[in-house]
Amino acid sequence: MARFKLNVNGREHTVTADPDMPLLYALRDNLGMNNPHFGCGLAQCGACTVHLDGEPARSCATPLSAVGDAKITTLAGLGTPEKPHPVQQAYVDEEVPQCGYCINGWIMTAAAFLKRTRNPSDEQIRDALSGLKCRCGTHLAILRAVKRAAKAMA
Amino acid sequence: MNAISKANLSVSRRALLQASGALIVTAALPAAAVEAAAQGAAAAVKPPLLPTELDSWVAVGRDGQVTAFFGKMDMGQGVDVAIAQIVAEELDVPATRVGVVMGDTARTCNQGGASGSTGVQEGGIALRNAAAEARRLLVEHAVQRLKVPADKLTVSDGVISVSGEPAKKVSYAQIIGGHYFDSKLDWNGKYGNPLVVSGQAKPKPHDQYKVIGKSEPRRDIAGKVFAKMDYVTDIKVPKMLHGRMIRPAVAGAVPVAVDEASIRNIKGARVVRKADFIGVVAEREWDAIRASQQLKVTWSDAKPPFPDQKDLYNHIRQAPVTKRAVEKENGNVDAVWTNAAKVIEAEYEWPFQSHASMGPGCAIVDARPDHATCWTGSQKPHFTAEGVAKILGLPLAKVHAIWIPGPGSYGRNDAGDTALDAAVLSQLTGRPVRVQGMRYEGHGWDPKGPASVHRARAALDAQGNVLAYEYVSKGFSRVDVNTNESDPRDTLAGMLLGAEIKPGYGFGVPAESYAFANKRLAWETIAPLLLKASPLRTAHMRDPVGPQIHFGSESFIDELAAATGADPVEFRLKHLQDPRDIAVVKAAAERAGWKPGPAGGVRRGGSGDIATGRGMAFVQRGKTVVAVVADVEVNKRTGDVQAPHFVVAHDCGVVINPETLRRVIEGNVVQGTSRALSEEVTFDHNNVTSVDWLGYQILDIKDAPQTVDIVLINRPEMMPLGAGEPSTRPIAAAIANAIYDATGVRIRRTPFTPDRVKAAMQA
Repeated sequence: MARFKLNVNGREHTVTADPDMPLLYALRDNLGMNNPHFGCGLAQCGACTVHLDGEPARSCATPLSAVGDAKITTLAGLGTPEKPHPVQQAYVDEEVPQCGYCINGWIMTAAAFLKRTRNPSDEQIRDALSGLKCRCGTHLAILRAVKRAAKAMA
Repeated sequence: MNAISKANLSVSRRALLQASGALIVTAALPAAAVEAAAQGAAAAVKPPLLPTELDSWVAVGRDGQVTAFFGKMDMGQGVDVAIAQIVAEELDVPATRVGVVMGDTARTCNQGGASGSTGVQEGGIALRNAAAEARRLLVEHAVQRLKVPADKLTVSDGVISVSGEPAKKVSYAQIIGGHYFDSKLDWNGKYGNPLVVSGQAKPKPHDQYKVIGKSEPRRDIAGKVFAKMDYVTDIKVPKMLHGRMIRPAVAGAVPVAVDEASIRNIKGARVVRKADFIGVVAEREWDAIRASQQLKVTWSDAKPPFPDQKDLYNHIRQAPVTKRAVEKENGNVDAVWTNAAKVIEAEYEWPFQSHASMGPGCAIVDARPDHATCWTGSQKPHFTAEGVAKILGLPLAKVHAIWIPGPGSYGRNDAGDTALDAAVLSQLTGRPVRVQGMRYEGHGWDPKGPASVHRARAALDAQGNVLAYEYVSKGFSRVDVNTNESDPRDTLAGMLLGAEIKPGYGFGVPAESYAFANKRLAWETIAPLLLKASPLRTAHMRDPVGPQIHFGSESFIDELAAATGADPVEFRLKHLQDPRDIAVVKAAAERAGWKPGPAGGVRRGGSGDIATGRGMAFVQRGKTVVAVVADVEVNKRTGDVQAPHFVVAHDCGVVINPETLRRVIEGNVVQGTSRALSEEVTFDHNNVTSVDWLGYQILDIKDAPQTVDIVLINRPEMMPLGAGEPSTRPIAAAIANAIYDATGVRIRRTPFTPDRVKAAMQA
């Protein structure tokens, strides 16, 4: 067991846990946050995605010992109904999710991608999101939303 | 805790306390119910909950907010919005005024849960009739109060006023707000999908619709996008333990010895075992996971139960038939074969497929000596409550199940098993237990969609007319375990505790209206591979057996068109009988700009390694009809198949909410494409081997269609006929037919993986 200082959505927390424990469980169990989600535990689906210093990371496969002093942002910290991130706003406008359990992966990955890529092509968007899973098949709505957000961020 | 959760807490706690005394710490219902509650609607039904009470279906709050109590669930397809629209239409209030409570067994009658595209189609009928009856009673009251006859009254926005004298008025809230109707409904005595109630009122004629047909927004979006909505995985209960099940490496093996010392280094972790049921619990989730991975179990020496996967389809062909049914037959099929000028035969093969929900199943059960509470993501919580009651030995009335949105649900997936796992773990530990499966369980141990072989043959005369047509599906049953978890024998926990398995035997036949003078549609089932807790047991998965059957039947119709040199659309139109079938095929062909001609001709294109082509498929599902035109690009060098464009013509009766319906169809097309191009459960002699997203591939966004162009044929004079699944079933055939158009190669086995397509092109 070891003590870790975690900066999550701008707030400092201290967590005492096994250094090998994935960040996901520190966020969900130790800090009582209800997202991100457990999807696979294998970094294959994206349901657990958070930002570490603005870059998407799969929290189910990121041991606490590897987090260091990176600033952690979750979907709840990315934006709020009052101050939505453009990707969140586009998700609302396009009514993207069905079950929505995959949502952390897509929104957090798209937000980081659009920050560094202005006016992306359809192919660039698909490449950036490749590997993320959505079982309900909302892929077309996801693409519409990311394009909409890209316009808003251009 | 955010405002949404707080608002919800007041509502759900009230119902909860009534039923069980349990305390929920965080739980959020879909936003609509939450908003209604926050605004003071009467969100509690009148006990006892009986279908014959109007108060079991509709309530009007002190502020005029309406709550509908819906005994089915929305799985993220907007069914709740459609129900709100149906209720709002009958009551003459805006849809935003209607909150919908779903899936709480203390507050909703058992309407069968999410099931077979019946959410609006069947579930909406009770709500529509109840709302119409509520309006009738409210108007009757206004007649007394305003002292004018009913035909002089108009209702708008929940206010009843005298025509021409708008100052003379009374609102729903003034009449009934916060009070019960105390009025009876007629009930057909059935629970589940067939449950129907009706009052004296007649529902509104369609030419007066104001709310139905409008694209009211979904209500769960913001909660999901801003991470404000709890999933079942997020429910926490005081003193809750985390549980994980231990599954054998060889399916059918049972624990003979457990080395409890092997997890002694994990604080608070312990083994929970009863008969062949074995799990671990711990105070913290990560500790439960570690314990489940670290626990040393000696398993019985079980005989590897499964055949070589390469022999799967031969196994199906050769296995004894457990049940055969001829569902449709006309003429004398058997008399024709010997006189035919030509006989066309083909066989099609479909593998086991997995629900592969985004998250493995999850449930929390608090089992007490005399009652229990279950939070479940199962799409049939009323049946979950029955299963939990039986496995715990409690009366059904003492089990309260609360549906909370789960991590994806397309049928009888692992959510049902998990609920009973949690129930047993809770009973054995005396603590509330939360179980979420691991990924290998979500893929490996969920009930599967059945593998099957489909034999088709047709006799043609010298002019190419079809003299006889026969289509026989043979496969694993669609219901090795039942479509819900109401009987423990249909769950892993029940089987491990010794319940005797009684597989149901059922399959299905093509749903179409092709007229052939001699025609037979039949099915045959075979026994499960393992009559124990099996990772290859089958159950309903989105459009149960629909994609399989219609992959074969609509491919074969295309083969007949090709054999007779006919255009595939023209061939279908020539033989289809039902005018709505004909209309939907014409609509798809017209929107797609279908160029007439036999396959491999005018629609074929491409350059270099890429061959392009178009395919058509048509299906019915229930009374809904769908026609699809798929465009494909086949890489002749690699065998890679892309399906970039679809046109879907869709007739599901009256369209309640066009935009939501379009998204449902898009989802079906993408999931259908995924199942056609990528999805196959793999197994070895011991167990399922496709236990993660690498082993069980689904469609990646790089391969997702670019366009799905949807033609909605609205039939306001008809009832809603169901849309959750029908557009899944024609997709594989439409793609296969397009591959044939592009390459001249007929692919008769799904999925159409690059290796398989390449091999077929080289054959």
